[in-house]
Amino acid sequence: MKLFVLILNRFFWFFPTVLGLMIITFGISHVIPADPVAFLAGDNATNEQIEALRHQLGLDQPLHTQLTNYIFRLFQGDFGVSLYTLRPISDDLSSRLPATLELTLVSVLVSAMIGIPLGVFSAVHRNSALDHFLRIFTVSGLAMASFWFAILLQLLFAMEWNLTPLQGRVESWGPDVVTGFFLIDSIIAWDAEMLWDTVSHMFLPVATLAYPAMATIVRFTRAGVLNAMNSNYVLYEQSMGFPRSVIIWKYVLRNALIGTITQIGLIFGVLIANAVVVEAVFDWPGLGYYAVQSILQSDYNAIMGFTFVVGVIFIIVNLLVDISHGFIDPRESR
Amino acid sequence: MTTKFLDVRDLEVSFATDQGIARVLDKVNFSIGPGEIVGLVGESGCGKTTLARTILGVLPENSARISNGVINFDGEDLLQKSSEELSANIRGRVITFIPQDPFTSFNPVFTIGTQIMELMRWKSPRRDDPQYVNSLGKILNIYPRARYKADYQQVLEQLREVQLPEPEAVLAKYPHEVSGGQRQRLMIAMALLPDPKLIIADEPTTALDVTIQAQILKLLRQLARDRNVAILFTTHDLGTTYEICDRVTVMYAGQEMEAALVDGFFNRPSHPYTKRLLESLPNQEHGIEGIPGDIPSLINAPPGCRFHQRCDYATGECSVSRAASTEIGTDHMVRCYHPVSRPKTQTEAAS
Amino acid sequence: MELTRFLIKKLVEDRVALLGVMLIFALFLAAFFAPVIATFPADVAEFHPKNRLLPPDDTFWFGTDRMGSDIYSRVLFGARITITIAIIAIGVSVLVGVPVGLIAGYYHGWFSEMLMRVSDIFLAVPQIVLAIAIAQTLGPSIENIILALSATYWPFWARLVYAETRSIQNETFVEACIALGASPWRIMVLHILPNISSSIIVRTTIGMGGTILTAATLGFLGLGAPAPSPEWGRMISESREFLPMAWWYATVPGIAIFLVVMGFNLLGDGLRDILDPRIRRSVSHDD
Repeated sequence: MKLFVLILNRFFWFFPTVLGLMIITFGISHVIPADPVAFLAGDNATNEQIEALRHQLGLDQPLHTQLTNYIFRLFQGDFGVSLYTLRPISDDLSSRLPATLELTLVSVLVSAMIGIPLGVFSAVHRNSALDHFLRIFTVSGLAMASFWFAILLQLLFAMEWNLTPLQGRVESWGPDVVTGFFLIDSIIAWDAEMLWDTVSHMFLPVATLAYPAMATIVRFTRAGVLNAMNSNYVLYEQSMGFPRSVIIWKYVLRNALIGTITQIGLIFGVLIANAVVVEAVFDWPGLGYYAVQSILQSDYNAIMGFTFVVGVIFIIVNLLVDISHGFIDPRESR
Repeated sequence: MTTKFLDVRDLEVSFATDQGIARVLDKVNFSIGPGEIVGLVGESGCGKTTLARTILGVLPENSARISNGVINFDGEDLLQKSSEELSANIRGRVITFIPQDPFTSFNPVFTIGTQIMELMRWKSPRRDDPQYVNSLGKILNIYPRARYKADYQQVLEQLREVQLPEPEAVLAKYPHEVSGGQRQRLMIAMALLPDPKLIIADEPTTALDVTIQAQILKLLRQLARDRNVAILFTTHDLGTTYEICDRVTVMYAGQEMEAALVDGFFNRPSHPYTKRLLESLPNQEHGIEGIPGDIPSLINAPPGCRFHQRCDYATGECSVSRAASTEIGTDHMVRCYHPVSRPKTQTEAAS
Repeated sequence: MELTRFLIKKLVEDRVALLGVMLIFALFLAAFFAPVIATFPADVAEFHPKNRLLPPDDTFWFGTDRMGSDIYSRVLFGARITITIAIIAIGVSVLVGVPVGLIAGYYHGWFSEMLMRVSDIFLAVPQIVLAIAIAQTLGPSIENIILALSATYWPFWARLVYAETRSIQNETFVEACIALGASPWRIMVLHILPNISSSIIVRTTIGMGGTILTAATLGFLGLGAPAPSPEWGRMISESREFLPMAWWYATVPGIAIFLVVMGFNLLGDGLRDILDPRIRRSVSHDD
């Protein structure tokens, strides 16, 4: 019962937050110093043509009306039209979303599967050679600019040593789209070559994204395990002769993971932030790449649409993390 | 003298601290007879918890060092055994533990049942019983179904024995869902389940409400008597010692001062520190009397007897060396150059 | 001050944190003395096409870029930009966020709630995403980067200070102050603030590293000052089309970013170890 109330509580804040986000993106897009309509209309436009265009785009109405219209349209999923291509932005975004999601999810998985055990080893064998190496490794991971690391990886693995593809998601057209996740779609299509194509193109981008994520996970897991090892229940279990491996991998880890999982929300945010540049560097056809293109083309609407969508995703992820926290930690739900 | 079941001799333990090496146990001698309930009494910092932990073998690896001594238990020296052997066969089997704070001693994210059955998995009295073991299972470390059922029944019975109503319901709960008194009863149950010979209880009632303390202590004493299990019971509370112990050893600043049967300890205290300790209990005659001075630092401990700086009877030799253990009555030993054998008279108290 | 002396002593003992201090010191030296220690100081603005894309040698220690300018000198001048952006952005966001957090934390009521809701909304989005939106709207320049970073960073401080203020508020010494008739300002500034200052200091240091990375990313995306500004992120972006031949072009500015951020992170970690008593290694003081 307590759990249900918890979930309801978290949900309650979802909508105002999203609404606030809408207001902010609207606010940002209207801080433009220059006149976007004049820009659109071109150098040769007359004043009449500019005003006509302004009326057509609905930009001559009072601000609060514009805001209300904006919010209504957002609720319907209408992000407006790209100032550059004049196509609906929502189409562009939805076609690119799966690529970004796939990349991000795989990166989170990889970094967790490697990072958590490493964090445990680091804590249990504190001050050993492995621990020291890991600390250098993680500190470096958090100090490195993702875009630079991406370029370095490309330089070495793709250009110099020719071990991996340079960029892109697949060489060919990709598998028949069922889910939009090429890994899954290749398996559904039972196409080994396509699968390998997909996987090999993921090596460098995933490595780039996973590195800082893994650094964070290792650090938090290490701290969580160290903290748990100092607790009275560990002392009790030791005093009663529980086998060491059981103490660490069953009892300590579960407690330590609670802290780490809370951080997954944070990690996901870092991942999405980095995904923007990583996609740009690797020509990965996702949201981030789209955002960068829009920047270069000064496509304000597209940027706002992108910001909003990313914001909503991030809010949802945090909501899920909050809820799962309630499931994992019995102290919260019972 | 009863045969010694646990015999600690000349134990020296030190800790590395930021300020230097703290000599926490200074050639301590201590013993328990089979089935005896022995109280280890002393103020905070006197070394009683360290002694308990050293017997169990759970001192912090990085900072603690055992530089000398022997711990004879049932014929073997525990200090000579490897950590793995201690963990597998001694801890949780022959010697069990009741912690001071039952709340933090349970893992908060697992049910009570999971944790107790985990104990049974590794420490059940049936663990090595050939009836339940097959070689394949032993290699893979599985918990045989038949043994699980038998163990489970034993757990339920044990929980009833410590007066916990509805044992199945309790097993399904999480530690934070039961009361403090119930938690400590669970701890007592867990200490008894592996059929031990010695239970080490580290201030087991300190974290409980006063009203529940007496119940728990009496329960513990009763159950131990029934099974002839010895208890090493550390505390700073003389009252509880009087209630349930057979014998008492008092420690001060890492040194044992006096050890006697309860009657001799409370009625014929011999060591000056013991006397001051007993006199400091609130009394209708002279109200509350403290002991002037402070506990010495364990890092630069004074040589000889560590109480000599606060002792009324100290002489030169007290600051140079410690007296050897002297018998001054049946099962009553003291380490002092100036044991005070008779109760203080009114005239002496006035001076 | 007693505390600073203690702090410095502890810092010197922690060699890793000391390394961080030295890296940061190097950064400031490079920025401050750039005109003096640069081999070709004029290359910040000038270009020499005949020297373009030369590998590192005795004249051009780190090689030259696509305009023939000496990369070593440009990186040094780039340090100035990096420091300026980081200090101002963090400074502004702290100066705005901390008071907001204090006030929202101290007072209870709809105003506090509203302030925190607004902060939460900003924090609901990864900083760089909002920063991109703002910077792109305003146009490419250093000032706009600083603005974008400040505008997206202050909510973090507001939230942090709010949480800590709320938790300290329940402590008895605050009750005592109120009972003695101290004004809210007095309590907030003289009593609550000093208690949370160690937390702020640690996070400011670590935040410098993060801000520098975000600023470099914005520069990489072309949102910083336009050419020929020697901004590090920008230089890496320019280098892309000349890879893999001109490897020095991409590597050197990246190493500069790496070392600087590393310095702040190491120092921040060291400060956290000193100032946060819970994490300090403690020997169990058993009875």
